[in-house]
Amino acid sequence: MMHIPTWRRVLIWMVCLGGLIFAAPNLFYDRVETANDARAVIETGMSDAALEADAGLWPEWMPSGLVNLGLDLRGGAHLLAEVQVEEVYAARMEAFWPEVRDALAAERDTVGFVTREESDEAELRVRISEADQAAAALEIVRGLATPVASLTGGGANDIDVRAEGAEIVVTLSEAERAATDDRTIRQALEIVRRRIDEVGTREPTIQRQGEDRILIEVPGVGSAEEVKEIIGTTAQLTFQPVVSRTSNANENPGPNNEILPSLDEQGVFYILERNPVVSGEELVDAQPAFDQNGRPAVNFRFNPTGARAFGDYTAENIGSPFAIVLDEEVISAPVIQSHIPGGSGIITGNFTVEESTQLAVLLRAGALPAGLTFLEERTIGPELGADSIEAGKLAAIVGAIAVVVFMIMSYGLFGVFATVALTFNMVLIFAVLSILGATLTLPGIAGIVLTVGMAVDANVLVYERIREELKTARGPARAIDLGYEKALSAILDGNVTTLITALILFLVGSGPVRGFAITLGLGILTSVFTAIFVTRLLIVMWFERRRPKTIEV
Amino acid sequence: MRLRIVPENTKIDFFRAAKITFGASILAMVLSLVLFFVMGLNFGIDFKGGTTIRTESESAIDVAAYRDAIAPLELGDVVITEVFDPSFGDDRNVASVRIQAQEGVESVTAETIAEVEAALQTVDPTLTFPSVESVGPKVSGELIQSAIFAVLGSLVAILFYIWLRFEWQFAVGAIAALVHDVTLTIGIFAAFQIKFDLAIIAALLTIVGYSINDTVVVFDRARENLRKFKTMPLRDLLNLSANETLSRTVMTSGTTLLALLALLVLGGDVIRGFVFAIFWGVIVGTYSSIYVAKNIVLMLGVKRDWDKKDDPKAGTQFANIDA
Repeated sequence: MMHIPTWRRVLIWMVCLGGLIFAAPNLFYDRVETANDARAVIETGMSDAALEADAGLWPEWMPSGLVNLGLDLRGGAHLLAEVQVEEVYAARMEAFWPEVRDALAAERDTVGFVTREESDEAELRVRISEADQAAAALEIVRGLATPVASLTGGGANDIDVRAEGAEIVVTLSEAERAATDDRTIRQALEIVRRRIDEVGTREPTIQRQGEDRILIEVPGVGSAEEVKEIIGTTAQLTFQPVVSRTSNANENPGPNNEILPSLDEQGVFYILERNPVVSGEELVDAQPAFDQNGRPAVNFRFNPTGARAFGDYTAENIGSPFAIVLDEEVISAPVIQSHIPGGSGIITGNFTVEESTQLAVLLRAGALPAGLTFLEERTIGPELGADSIEAGKLAAIVGAIAVVVFMIMSYGLFGVFATVALTFNMVLIFAVLSILGATLTLPGIAGIVLTVGMAVDANVLVYERIREELKTARGPARAIDLGYEKALSAILDGNVTTLITALILFLVGSGPVRGFAITLGLGILTSVFTAIFVTRLLIVMWFERRRPKTIEV
Repeated sequence: MRLRIVPENTKIDFFRAAKITFGASILAMVLSLVLFFVMGLNFGIDFKGGTTIRTESESAIDVAAYRDAIAPLELGDVVITEVFDPSFGDDRNVASVRIQAQEGVESVTAETIAEVEAALQTVDPTLTFPSVESVGPKVSGELIQSAIFAVLGSLVAILFYIWLRFEWQFAVGAIAALVHDVTLTIGIFAAFQIKFDLAIIAALLTIVGYSINDTVVVFDRARENLRKFKTMPLRDLLNLSANETLSRTVMTSGTTLLALLALLVLGGDVIRGFVFAIFWGVIVGTYSSIYVAKNIVLMLGVKRDWDKKDDPKAGTQFANIDA
């Protein structure tokens, strides 16, 4: 009757033990955090006695996952930025105009003079003097179209061209806009990430949200304004002539030169001429590619001014290296193989495919591709967060004690069993939160406290049922069995509905609310586990040992 | 000696005062709606856009002086409220300054915030600003949408689940109870003008979850009893079910309210509105699962032939008596 197979007992205790082990780091939050941070630094190759000592604060063989503290508990800044993707359309049209002009000018005999008309920023409007040749002009401009460079483009052209009387109107096609938008957001994300990583704060969250938004959460900064400043600085990309290469950071570079470190080679420095040949503002595009030998490389393209300067320089300096410098760091210093006219070129080196992709991103990432509008900004001071943690802790402890006293007063020994289950419930919630690396927010703490109150519900359901069954059933063992059996459907139905609301909260909510949904949902799962398995096991073990003739619940 | 809040074997007739309790519920709901439409909700920046600045100072707060200091900046609607919490001593005086969303800009600009902070510091130089939050009208519009979607979505999902697990009458009863709880909660937020923000939506959903849990336990027992006592009139049967589960209902509400009370008093002012909403919702939810959900089921009646396969004669002839 009241038999629980040994394997199941072992499993239940294993889960509880696992919970204890994985929740344990949270009891020593600061210590484990210091150790984790130190280990992260050591992993990057740096190490000294202080770091080793910090890393030794928490034993290596113990789990070191911690519950992430949300911004409202740790303090920091939360920003939601919208990328102004339309700005890119305008820039593209601007860059397209010389191409259109040159193409039409070549056919001056048929289409006449070409002039650019005032127009909406997202379109290019040109007038030809021979209005009846619009069809011919249309053909010429259409000939400039290229297929959209994306997987979803499906062979569509990048521009739509139409004629309005003597005017030819060029706009980006739907497919190209979609591809451009996507690229713009990715670039913006990459830049924002690079910018914020440079500041080196702990675990910032930078993620795409929806179509054209970026969510930025940076713990530990003083204000949202600081974050905006960090993001706002444009990356400086320059192409500079290389004077020499050195390993001495303090070497005197000489007049009009500067010494800059290499991005990926430790201890390598370049002495460069201070005056750049071309700067990043003149870079139009950079894409990962392969050179003629099939090695990964990066293709890039300048605008006309940049192209001219670059063409002249390469023609004069074949065989000597020039450096690609991003934010005072040399990304690479390839040797000029040949004269590069036309403003496009290829950077080769010992790249892997990932590296070339990364470099292309970095090159494009020189400056933010489009402006950011901040839709939401929140700053939470660290003291306020610390206060919230203290208040939450206190409330949780007092609440738990009150519930425990109430349960023991109501159910006696069975109340003690419920208390043990409640303790394991808390432990399991923290264990799962730590394993998932989930974020604990202030409403999340409220969710845990609420769980304390509601978690005993499953126990209450069972105990009340046992009380009822004791009146009719044959003996206490049977009553306990029936109590569990009959309360089960109510427990499941009640908890599934709560789980549904937690799930919806998780899907719809953001930030703190989502944190609440996580703890509430987790709390439901763990409380059902502890009530059905842990308390039951405790009761059965007690029963087997004592074999009471009567029980009082 | 065990603590028994509810004596064993209660035989309370929950329907005796049905007219009064049901009438009271409807009255309370109407009143809530009137309050909602007349006074409106005190929407936080999550839903209205704008900026909230939390100020903290060692000296006492003079709301009028704060207002006078900000007035020259011409920022439109500025709401200044003092924040109280038992954990604040005499040397901690906290206020919240809310500025409406500004014309033509998404989030209130850093300059504006700096101006406000500077203006406030002329009144009280020791003033610090532990938190500054700013939400643009675009986002707040979307937040309203997703909040409404969340509440309606969860109601529909629950309706569907209860319908699946019980009879449709139970689903309607459960939803009526939920609508009752949500309406009354919105009513009290309108009456006391407590700040209504995104967290309160989370609280509403929690109430929905809690209340449904309570209702389902009573329904589950009713379902069991429907199978057990095939000839008992529905009214008596529902009463019996409520009485049998009463002890549990009171116990669970008791433990939950105890935990929430701790949070309400000690949890700090930041989440007090949120906790208050849940606290209130638990009380209302407990009431509604006893007095609202069952009444609806009784009104709609339940077909008693759902065990037809086991026993083809099961209680079908009584179906109309109850209805």
